Amino acid sequence: MNTPFTPGIAAERLANADLQENFADLHAPLDRHEAAVAADRCYFCHDAPCITACPTDIDIPLFIRQIATGTPDAAAKTIFDMNILGGMCARVCPTEDLCEQACVRELAEGKPVEIGRLQRFATDIVMAKGVMPFTRAAPTGKKIAVVGAGPAGLSCAHRLAMLGNDVTVYDAQPKAGGLNEYGIAAYKTTDDFAAREVDWLVSIGGIEIKTGMALGAELKIDDLVGCFAAVFLSVGLGGVNALSVDGDTKAGVVDAVSFIRDLRQASDLAALPVGRNVVVIGGGMTAVDAAVQSKLLGAQQVTIAYRRGRDGMSASRYEQDLAASFGVNLMFNVQPKAIHGNGSVAEIELEYTSVENGKLTGTGETIRIAADQVFRAIGQTLTSDGALMLDGRKIAVTGAGRTSRDLVWAGGDCASGGDDLTVTAVAEGRDAAIDIHNTLNGGT
Amino acid sequence: MADLTTDFLGIKSPNPFWLASAPPTDKEYNVRRAFEAGWGGVVWKTLGEAGPPVVNVNGPRYGVIYGADRRVLGINNIELITDRDLYTNLEEIKRVKADYPDRAVIVSLMVPCEEQAWKDILPLVEDTGADGIELNFGCPHGMSERGMGAAVGQVPEYIEMVTRWCKKYYSRPVIVKLTPNITDVRQPAAAAKRGGADAVSLINTINSITSVNLDTMSPEPSIDGKGTHGGYCGPAVKPIAMSMVSEISRFEETKGLPISGIGGVTTWRDAAEYITLGCGNVQVCTAAMTYGFKIVQEMISGLSQWMDEKGHTSIADFMGAAVPNTTDWQYLNLNYIAKAVINQDDCISCGRCYAACEDTSHQAIAMSEDRTFSVIDAECVACNLCVDVCPVEDCITMVALAPGTTDPRTGKVVQKEYANWTTHPNNPAATAAE
Repeated sequence: MNTPFTPGIAAERLANADLQENFADLHAPLDRHEAAVAADRCYFCHDAPCITACPTDIDIPLFIRQIATGTPDAAAKTIFDMNILGGMCARVCPTEDLCEQACVRELAEGKPVEIGRLQRFATDIVMAKGVMPFTRAAPTGKKIAVVGAGPAGLSCAHRLAMLGNDVTVYDAQPKAGGLNEYGIAAYKTTDDFAAREVDWLVSIGGIEIKTGMALGAELKIDDLVGCFAAVFLSVGLGGVNALSVDGDTKAGVVDAVSFIRDLRQASDLAALPVGRNVVVIGGGMTAVDAAVQSKLLGAQQVTIAYRRGRDGMSASRYEQDLAASFGVNLMFNVQPKAIHGNGSVAEIELEYTSVENGKLTGTGETIRIAADQVFRAIGQTLTSDGALMLDGRKIAVTGAGRTSRDLVWAGGDCASGGDDLTVTAVAEGRDAAIDIHNTLNGGT
Repeated sequence: MADLTTDFLGIKSPNPFWLASAPPTDKEYNVRRAFEAGWGGVVWKTLGEAGPPVVNVNGPRYGVIYGADRRVLGINNIELITDRDLYTNLEEIKRVKADYPDRAVIVSLMVPCEEQAWKDILPLVEDTGADGIELNFGCPHGMSERGMGAAVGQVPEYIEMVTRWCKKYYSRPVIVKLTPNITDVRQPAAAAKRGGADAVSLINTINSITSVNLDTMSPEPSIDGKGTHGGYCGPAVKPIAMSMVSEISRFEETKGLPISGIGGVTTWRDAAEYITLGCGNVQVCTAAMTYGFKIVQEMISGLSQWMDEKGHTSIADFMGAAVPNTTDWQYLNLNYIAKAVINQDDCISCGRCYAACEDTSHQAIAMSEDRTFSVIDAECVACNLCVDVCPVEDCITMVALAPGTTDPRTGKVVQKEYANWTTHPNNPAATAAE
């Protein structure tokens, strides 16, 4: 048995019981009484700021009132009306930056209504019953392809099916779910929630999922357009930005997304190797998820190295504090300069940065810290087959996800506009579905 | 999904939630917004005679009672009937009803107790196409000083007389709105029925002073240092209103008379409770004034969910369902014996049950050194106070003793037969049980 002090990259740093505890639900679900107390704090604001702050426009005061009056099923329906992945969003939404930040009680008391946890309370009840609260409209006879079974694709597929269309969802991975299945910290979505949510979502009918089908390999946009009435692309960002520093090919330098994916798919957490000294390069949620989970697997020292100041991090302050609470070191204003080691990484050399005339530049001063494992978490890139016009590095879209090509829509992380958040992807998928349906069926 | 459509006196509405005659229904703008928000009907704010309209005070009209966290529990008001021109209101009512034929529009009326006054206004109301009228015999402030409102509602003979005039000069349903500021609500309800009323609605607001400003020594709401009693409404009055509704539902003379329930309806559950006590629909004001018209969405979804869960397909399915179980004290089963049971797994050791029982009840809860609280069955009379004050739902429950077991408090064996006070040996007026 290894320990956190075992040198290099090693498995079994912690006992199984500790691992189970570390990767249990980060926030235990509210029980009925806790939910009643939490719901009671909602003021039922008029034209509520929380709704405006929610990318999917969930009627938050209404669903909280429905919880308060003992009708959580009705509350869940209110949530799912706007966000069919309300269960996952209740777990992974950065509510501290969205609805809860906008909550008037945050302004008044610095303590918002616990909207995310209340959303989970209501959605869990309905999903545990296995009830799909929606039925399909009369068949339109239209068949639509959705490429990418992540949040945007699933949301789009569900809404299309609900409106009476038949949908085939393709995904490159062996399982549907996208980042919900492969890209989110395990302790945020325990008990195989992502997979259960997909099963529940497709129970509406009319959705066929075909896995192991990748755009650019098995699938071509031209072929899809020929076979389907419309195509929705929600392929996410498949590529990972390179580090481009000396030594970045040494063993032990890996993509954070691969680490997170392996962890999510692992049946035995103890078998997962992790470094004694881990350095994560980046400042987003992927960086935080990789760092915290490294720590939870038993890494002794874990550092997030971010090139700008704290305020520049795309991970919220809440997530930064969460990482710190697990013992992750946060280093700001440092960028990778070189990776040292004989074959395998042993140290990372970081250069301090400052912003001059709005431009980030190295100061020349460097620091070396021990590193057996370096995770790249500096953003992902689109891998597209080049058939569509891009806006920057993403598929250019206008309106409800319309691309440069007729009958092809796109949404989620692969499309321009919006934050790269699960909840934003859900909104984009939903809105594209409505636009696709109306376009194909002559609606408004 | 359950069908919430309501047929009250032949007046159809998509749900049983009507806005009561009150500030929210004073004009077309509000009523249209209310209908867009989903309300099933409105009772338009009370119209008075033609001519110069009443005037309202220009200071605060409302006082309030708060719970913790400034939760509005009750509001009182000293606003009078509409202070807008009669004909303006009538035109607006006509327009709104024409645009919302599926919603109930009822016109509340209050004119002097003279036949001519009613004879004059009723044809004007008839012409609007409104579905019915509601006679405001309830407002306890201001108008009552002028011989209207509660001043009429407190004299059954006047109620009967005016109702009769309305039935004579108006062809559609007449609802009589009752004041709670009386001793026995059955009398005005019976008078309304004798006068030919199609329904009663209750309660109107209760005489109240919500608070006194201890600096200025003025009751609130205070107008230039003076206050007057207002009409109390909101969640706080619901128990009073429900009791009055149940009295009318049970009274021989008024049994079966349709009732529109009013008083503190805030959630779907409140509405369901009123309906089980015999109401055909409910009217709402304070909840809308506190939370806005959107609040009706929760009432609709909640009632619908509950009806689905219970297998009720229509409002009529459970209307009056609790009436047969509402009885006089003398008919309660004295052979039913229960004891409090504390679930130690749920107990958080606050000791509120102990304080309540030890100080103010029957010393039937024991407290140990380690703050374990347990019921002493030999002392417990099942008063329920411990359940009521316990902060943890279902931690303390009342469990009935099975027939054949011995009640440790009395040493008597629990009988399975029903027996009430009318036959009890301690009752000097008891009749022998047959």
